Amino acid sequence: MIKVIIIDDEPLARNIVKEYLADHAQISIVQECNDGFEGVKAINQHQPDLIFLDIQMPKINGFEMLELLENPPAVIFTTAFDEYAIRAFETHAIDYLLKPFSKERFDKSMQKWITQQNTDKNISTYSALADATFQQQLNQNRIVVKINNKIKIIPLQDIYFIEAADDYVKIHTSEGEYLKNKTMQYFETLLGGGQFVRTHRSYIVNVQYITKLDPYEKDTYTAILSSGEKVSVSKTGYTKLKQVLGL
Amino acid sequence: MFLSVFTKNKFRLYFVLFWLAWSSVHVCILLEWNYTLEEAWIDSSVSNIFLAAISGAVIISLKYYLPRKDQLLYYTLTCIILAGVWISVTRWILSYIIQEHSLNLFTQSIPVRFAFGALILGCITLVNVLFYTLQEQQEQERRKNEADRIAKDAELYKLRQQLQPHFLFNSLNSINALVVSQPAEARKMIQQLSEYLRNTLKKEEHKWVTLEEELEYLQLYLDIEKVRFGHRLSTQIQSEEKALQMKLPVLLLQPVVENAIKFGLYDTTGEITISIDAKISDKMLIIQIENPFDAEISKPVKGTGFGLSSVHKRLFLLFSRNDLLTTSAKQNIFVTRVKIPQQ
Repeated sequence: MIKVIIIDDEPLARNIVKEYLADHAQISIVQECNDGFEGVKAINQHQPDLIFLDIQMPKINGFEMLELLENPPAVIFTTAFDEYAIRAFETHAIDYLLKPFSKERFDKSMQKWITQQNTDKNISTYSALADATFQQQLNQNRIVVKINNKIKIIPLQDIYFIEAADDYVKIHTSEGEYLKNKTMQYFETLLGGGQFVRTHRSYIVNVQYITKLDPYEKDTYTAILSSGEKVSVSKTGYTKLKQVLGL
Repeated sequence: MFLSVFTKNKFRLYFVLFWLAWSSVHVCILLEWNYTLEEAWIDSSVSNIFLAAISGAVIISLKYYLPRKDQLLYYTLTCIILAGVWISVTRWILSYIIQEHSLNLFTQSIPVRFAFGALILGCITLVNVLFYTLQEQQEQERRKNEADRIAKDAELYKLRQQLQPHFLFNSLNSINALVVSQPAEARKMIQQLSEYLRNTLKKEEHKWVTLEEELEYLQLYLDIEKVRFGHRLSTQIQSEEKALQMKLPVLLLQPVVENAIKFGLYDTTGEITISIDAKISDKMLIIQIENPFDAEISKPVKGTGFGLSSVHKRLFLLFSRNDLLTTSAKQNIFVTRVKIPQQ
């Protein structure tokens, strides 16, 4: 049996997927979810083979939900987003269905999934950068992290700085530190162009919290934040920092 | 600021060539009048270098101040006065350089010189006035095109905003789901959606409608959302009887209700109520819209959120007042209040 989960906040939208799936053999819809929180729980519980996922949902969007999963299942997006926006995440899903979609189009997606499954087991390799670009388009001013099965939403303005920590990044905020399984480059793309500056290979800093810049060694500096924490600033980092601060 | 004719190298060259040619002609004429070659050159150089300088000054000053086209008298007088100044100063300078005999010849020829000087200045002024006027016209044309383009862009943007692609496609998706299981519902939704779209497309910005009409239209919009989210959306529309006949600018409340739907419905999970309440107070029509919001993910918008800034701007354009749209948040309820002055 192929285990499927449908995640969409509109019952009618889930109905149409169910209706179209009825013709496919060996499918078992193990759960339907109203939002991303439910989705994370259901996926961890059932370990489905395939999920149908809407993008815009309450609480957290489809992408934020995927980020919270350790082993994301194969995904077919169902969304009303236009083609332009779709291009950003085209690369890392099996397929995307633009609402309203036809039975034929739906069957094609299923076919694509079956073919990919036979040829390549690693279908859900997500392109982190495409993710970041798309998150920017959605205008999400927040980062979602998971701590002991609880989901925490961090507004960007609450972040002091982000630090590289092996395969993870450590997000330092007013309320504590959080780990997230993403690269520094992902955050640089996501946060780029605003009040966040990559001051060092291992640091991205929210310039709002910088109170002082002390010279450290030749051409390098140490930024002192209002929280008292210290962050390294490299030579190139200092150039970028000067630009943002208008020095 | 217009470009002076001197900004183009080609024109500068013409200017210099013209004066060289004219100076040579001048020399020939003076030779005819029994000047020696040396004196002829001195006379011609002094006269024409000075006249060229005056022309240059005229051209540059026209760049900064262009009198109205019908002030012919002004131009004529200026040319005559300048020609007079030119003759007197030239004679004064030459009196130090050339001999008595030649100076007498100069004095005799003043009327002819004066006429030529005035004529040349006149021609140069005319050419430049035309040149600048042409530029002015091109500039006006460009500005008009720009304004047209901006207006068109704004209109297209408005249309796109009104149509809300997400709303439209999600509604169509709901219809798609209803067609097989509940055909009657599907048909009803198609009717509602059509009526909603028709209203959106035909409404003109400047029209005023009664509150009753506006509320009917909002009800239509909310009914469509109920098909999509009927399991958790309920609405409550109330109005004082006499408020129903009060007037307000068409579609003014639409963005407010859309905002309420976005934060109250799209971004929440439980059962929610969106309420609209209208009353009259102090010759003002007061409409209050309430929606819940998820305090965990969206902080109450300070001042006016993006969706409401257009309403704020429109009210300001209509009534020149900044206090007609107010918002507040208590616990997890967001309240938007719109006041519309009545005549």
